[in-house]
Amino acid sequence: MTDVSVSPSSGRKYSGEREGLAPRSRPLIQRPDVLIFLAILALVTICATVLAQMGYVSTSTVKLLGKTLCLCLAALAMDLVWGYTGILSLGHFAFFGIGGYAIGMWLMWDRTELIVLETLAQNPLPPTPLEIEEAIGAQIFGVVGSTEIPWLWAFAGSLPVQLAAAVLVPGLIALVFGWLAFRSRVAGVYLSILTQAGTLALSLWLFQNDSGLRGNNGLSGLQNLPGLDDVPQSTISLWFLWASALALGGAYLLASWTVSGRFGSVLRGIRDDEARVRFLGYEVEHYKLAIFTGTAMATGIAGALYYPQAGIVNPAEIAPIASIYLAVWVAIGGRGRLYGAVIGAAFVSLLSSWFTGGGAPDIDLGFYEIKWTDWWLVLLGLTFVLVTLFAPKGLGGLVDLWTHRRSTRVDDLGPDQGSLRAEEDRP
Amino acid sequence: MNRTSLIAIALTLGASPALADGHVTCPVKVGVLHSLSGTMAISETTLKDTVEMLVDQQNEKGGLLGCEIEAVVVDPASDWPLFAEKARELISDEGVDVIFGSWTSVSRKSALPVLEELNGLMFYPVQYEGEESSKNVFYTGAAPNQQAIPAVDYFLEELGVERFALLGTDYVYPRTTNQILEAYLKDKGIAEEDIFVNYTPFGHSDWATIVGDVVEMSEDGRQVGVISTINGDANIGFYKELAAAEVSADDIPVVAFSVGEEELSGLDTTDLVGHLAAWNYFQSADTEANEEFVATWKARMGEDRVTNDPMEAHYIGFNMWVNAVTEAGTTDVDAVREAMYGQEFPNLTGGTAVMLPNHHLTKPVLIGEITEDGQFDIISQTEEVPGDAWTDHLPESAKLVSDWPGLGCGMYNTETETCVQIQSNY
Amino acid sequence: MRFLLFIALLLLPLPAAAQGAIQTLLQTHAEDLANPSRRTIQPVIDDLAASGLPQMPDFLEAWADRRVVQRDADGLFFYGERDGDVYVLRSVEDGSEAGEVGRREASELRPNAGVRRLIATALVQFQLNDPDPERRRAALDALSRNATPELLDPLRASIPTEQNAQIRARKEALERLITLRYGEDQAARLAAIEYLSGGVSLEARAALNNVLTTEIVIGAPGAETNVARQLRIGTDIAEDQALALLAEEGVEVADVSRADRDAVLIANIEDGAVSGLPVASLASETRRWEAYDVLARSGVAPQRAGPDAVSELLAANPIYEVYDEPDPAITAAAATALDEVNARVARAQAADLGLDALSLASIYFLAAIGLAITFGVMGVINMAHGEFIMIGAYTGYVVQQIVPDYTVSLIIALPLAFVVAAAAGVALERLVIRHLLHRPLETLLATFGISVALQQIFKNIFGTQAVPLTSPDWLAGAWTLNDVIGISYIRIAIFVLALMFLGLLVYILRRTRLGLEVRAVTQNPGMAASLGIDPDRVGMATFALGSGIAGVAGVAIGLFAQVTSEMGSGYIVQSFMTVVVGGVGSVLGTLIGAGMIGGLQKGIEWLNPSNTLAAQTYMILFIILFIQFRPRGIIAQKGRFVQ
Repeated sequence: MTDVSVSPSSGRKYSGEREGLAPRSRPLIQRPDVLIFLAILALVTICATVLAQMGYVSTSTVKLLGKTLCLCLAALAMDLVWGYTGILSLGHFAFFGIGGYAIGMWLMWDRTELIVLETLAQNPLPPTPLEIEEAIGAQIFGVVGSTEIPWLWAFAGSLPVQLAAAVLVPGLIALVFGWLAFRSRVAGVYLSILTQAGTLALSLWLFQNDSGLRGNNGLSGLQNLPGLDDVPQSTISLWFLWASALALGGAYLLASWTVSGRFGSVLRGIRDDEARVRFLGYEVEHYKLAIFTGTAMATGIAGALYYPQAGIVNPAEIAPIASIYLAVWVAIGGRGRLYGAVIGAAFVSLLSSWFTGGGAPDIDLGFYEIKWTDWWLVLLGLTFVLVTLFAPKGLGGLVDLWTHRRSTRVDDLGPDQGSLRAEEDRP
Repeated sequence: MNRTSLIAIALTLGASPALADGHVTCPVKVGVLHSLSGTMAISETTLKDTVEMLVDQQNEKGGLLGCEIEAVVVDPASDWPLFAEKARELISDEGVDVIFGSWTSVSRKSALPVLEELNGLMFYPVQYEGEESSKNVFYTGAAPNQQAIPAVDYFLEELGVERFALLGTDYVYPRTTNQILEAYLKDKGIAEEDIFVNYTPFGHSDWATIVGDVVEMSEDGRQVGVISTINGDANIGFYKELAAAEVSADDIPVVAFSVGEEELSGLDTTDLVGHLAAWNYFQSADTEANEEFVATWKARMGEDRVTNDPMEAHYIGFNMWVNAVTEAGTTDVDAVREAMYGQEFPNLTGGTAVMLPNHHLTKPVLIGEITEDGQFDIISQTEEVPGDAWTDHLPESAKLVSDWPGLGCGMYNTETETCVQIQSNY
Repeated sequence: MRFLLFIALLLLPLPAAAQGAIQTLLQTHAEDLANPSRRTIQPVIDDLAASGLPQMPDFLEAWADRRVVQRDADGLFFYGERDGDVYVLRSVEDGSEAGEVGRREASELRPNAGVRRLIATALVQFQLNDPDPERRRAALDALSRNATPELLDPLRASIPTEQNAQIRARKEALERLITLRYGEDQAARLAAIEYLSGGVSLEARAALNNVLTTEIVIGAPGAETNVARQLRIGTDIAEDQALALLAEEGVEVADVSRADRDAVLIANIEDGAVSGLPVASLASETRRWEAYDVLARSGVAPQRAGPDAVSELLAANPIYEVYDEPDPAITAAAATALDEVNARVARAQAADLGLDALSLASIYFLAAIGLAITFGVMGVINMAHGEFIMIGAYTGYVVQQIVPDYTVSLIIALPLAFVVAAAAGVALERLVIRHLLHRPLETLLATFGISVALQQIFKNIFGTQAVPLTSPDWLAGAWTLNDVIGISYIRIAIFVLALMFLGLLVYILRRTRLGLEVRAVTQNPGMAASLGIDPDRVGMATFALGSGIAGVAGVAIGLFAQVTSEMGSGYIVQSFMTVVVGGVGSVLGTLIGAGMIGGLQKGIEWLNPSNTLAAQTYMILFIILFIQFRPRGIIAQKGRFVQ
């Protein structure tokens, strides 16, 4: 099984090969990790569908599965930007939320419009556009004590625009933020803190009622697709499961292709020694900006698929802690390998909902009873510290053991290692 | 198998079998949807314990329809989307007959679509901003006209307040309540410049400037009063700053809508004596029913535990539900809902709660002054006020009424005489 | 005589036989006394106060203090003290014992704050010359809250005999305020205005504003009225507000609202068409207005108002503000005086805002300085720094549980919080951070894991409810220069604490061996190591110091805000901002950073006082932008860890 993070191409760049595309060892579709991943994904999705049809798997489980796939997609993007490029972004979950908000606006608007049209149809006069708009405004914003439609909602009635927004708004924000930050050579922990602050600012802004996205309440009732009132949630949840699976599968292929080419080599080069890559003549900023923006867009798509399954998107989702959890998933799963991110996200988020859902049996120590709803976060926090300390490869490292593949190279301790060694060498 | 055919199967087989009518399966299951971890745990855990206590009491009395009642407790962990997920699990996987749950408005709005889709039944025990009426929810907490408006009347009539500071945490309950209050105050002839509104984040701690601004308001010689919808921990910093600024209740009275016995246990109340809170219940209410309720609670949970308003709401809601089920002879949601209308149950503070056609209760409004021992001295108690889902003080909702048994609609426009929507607005 | 009395006693109902004068009087008002309302109780209080009975002041005081109960059986009033399940009763006539009554057989009289204020005002005349200075002060407080013209003379009469200089000054000040408000003599009132123009007190401003109250008059005012100004549309008052004012007076533009229009249209639907236009075509506002205009022209409906109708109406109905005070000389003098006062108040408010900003800055400084030095020396970000703040605060709480005296417990808690947090810091450094040396991003994440675990552990131990951390009495209250400028003693104490730690740090860094080594490691760890400095030891020492200061900051923060397991996360981002803006590893930079962030936040709050959340949002955005242009912070360190 090929471990993409240590594919031969990464070594080749250092030998000075600049021109031409680094040859891909094998066509993508023949690479075992891609094949196995896609096979497992397909198997899970099909099994879930069939079992759900037979009534063995409940709708809430299908939804949980669909949501988990979306989280895996976000983790995949996080892995690209952190595991491969060494940019620890503590703001990627904000893009996830923005994607959810963009699609949520359309879902709310369109559903409300249908309700409003139905009511207005009882009026002897045909409704005017102004009447429709006022009624929608009262319906959507009445809950938060307003009736005016904020400018942000100008295109909320158009699915194509909002779909585009789910991708482009995260992209645009990432582009502007990244351009400003990379241009001033803000890197390392500084960048992490900046992205975290930016996320905090966004969530605080969304928290305000005045910002026009219904404040703390956020957008709710997103599981009801407009015009599909007759289709039961058990069906809709399957649609979204499939959509999420397709998105994850597609993204995995795209990511594999990206990291196996020259582009991927440069990214890893930046991670290991940014200065050296710059000296070699690469426009490091452009590469970083491209991956930062691209992953932001992918995360936006994940969010747009996630929130219609969750049913509600609100500022608490975007709080900085969520983005840190994203990094935790990737770290536990194993950085610098695509399947690691997916394993981490799926494993930790499912485990988390098992523990907090009261699924784990309490342990009675005689003098004290360990209730997992209380102690799960302690366990997660400490596990995470231990993984960082003793198993930097995360769960993905287990795959190495299983394939009996011992790396002959110096142990890769992670993205920081190279740059800091360089730091010490510097006079 | 390709995707289209799967969807086709999904479409044909999708609908799950409906629950059988008029049939009771033992045990009767009561879902408890309160956060046991996360930020809301502190408030909601108490309610979980309350429901468990009520269930145990009912089982001692012989259960319900010959069955044991079983409480099914889940933990939505103060995570709003989880309320939808857990509500679905409770209804479709666990098959509960009723849910007691939610605290924040956003958690209720999150669970609403699921309740309506699966025709569940939920009792919501907390004071809230109104502007909602769902067929599947009974609101046993106060609507704005059962808490906020009487409190403002008290300020206007009894304390002669002429300038108002509306301080709140920035979320939907304070926002909507303050909007209703602003409209109400303007109706009462209070000018716009005499109303100061401020919103702070959850857990805000830097109150010096805001308290200073409030004190400055008394510069034109008129009585200033503060209406606080500040939520949770932030109250501690706020009251500490008030005390530090030596603002006594005689100079600038503060009436709070989110500060009860539970919240006061987190701070030293000597400097707060005389400030007010408005609720439908105080632990200090001097009736025999309340004495017994408090005694049972303390015996079960510990001497230092206090009772509060949402607990009474669950107490009323649970007992009404038990009576309605007994009357209907089934736990079927539609039958129970029909039986709920007009249910009467004595309040812990005296008087009777009646379930209205708009799914709200009649409740007396109590105003209490904070005492040194962290309790409230009840100084005003009104007759029972019927809860109003849609406020009369905002033009858009003044024309709406909710009447489920009569009109079959929770959002009925009396001007056009049409039902705006059957589902609730979430 | 005796015979007559005997007859009278026989005629009275039995319980009343025991009644004295007060009880009799009270019984005539029994209903009002039991359920008093501010709106209706005044005549009762006046009646009681005017009775001239010597015990009446005592009764009024007891009533206000809720020491009066009414026995349900016979409706008689007593002084009552709750003792377990019974009230111990004493007579209202002479205070003699009057037996006991079960708590359910009597009800406490609970006058609300509004009624209590009226009672206090009624008591003023009895208390102004009371020998007890506290009572005289209480009387003056009541008077300042609720002055009535009748009390002016008693107040004036009490001034010459007042011996206490402080109370006398207060009496004189109050006399002027009440003179201005209710006095008859123009010269005396002008003198009072002159006197008030010198201060900034709330009372003075209130008195001046009271003179200057206005009401809105529409149409030209009469010659006798004292006009304040004419409101010009657009500058003094917005057009829609003016229209609303006119509408209140019943002057309205005869306009057709959209609802009116639709009603007319619906009423005129004939055969699926309105005045020839098919109903289905009326799906736009313009089409509906067109249809309406057709109807209006045919006389079925009123015409719409022309475009100039609003301005014509406003021109025809000028709006004036008219003083309630008829004397123009008084209002003119008061307006000038108020302008003077307000100018002074504005300056004072700026100073007050400055104090608030300074206080906030000192809190941020305390919270961030520990982070700044560990970040500087070790180049790692400690996400668990906020939890050290929390550990400090909980240490303070635990100490208070053991040592009940707040002063002593604070003296113990401050150093103990330092030690506990420092120990936690060293443990973190030894167990985690040292193993992740040179991997700053992973340190960040690992310490985050610690932070999550610590928060939850504290939640499990102490509960999610905030715990009380109470400041000693000598820190209660506020230092006030005047009614505008003031700051609580706790905040001053925190400011002093911040100064002390600033001094301590500067001393350690500049004057001690450790400081020298710290600076060396900060600037170039490799070189420092080769000169024989043990960076490991220096790192541990800095970590202990930085965490310890965070612990002390926790106690300080807990004194004025809530202590919860999440309190640290509220400060962590601000602390990072402070460090990054100020410049990593520099005490001076952190100081400037804290000052800048505190000032900025207060500044934005001042611009938009109704939304504190917005202030925080914009501050963060501003800082993000700032860092783009000064990536190394205000005080940029040369050497390590800059890219």
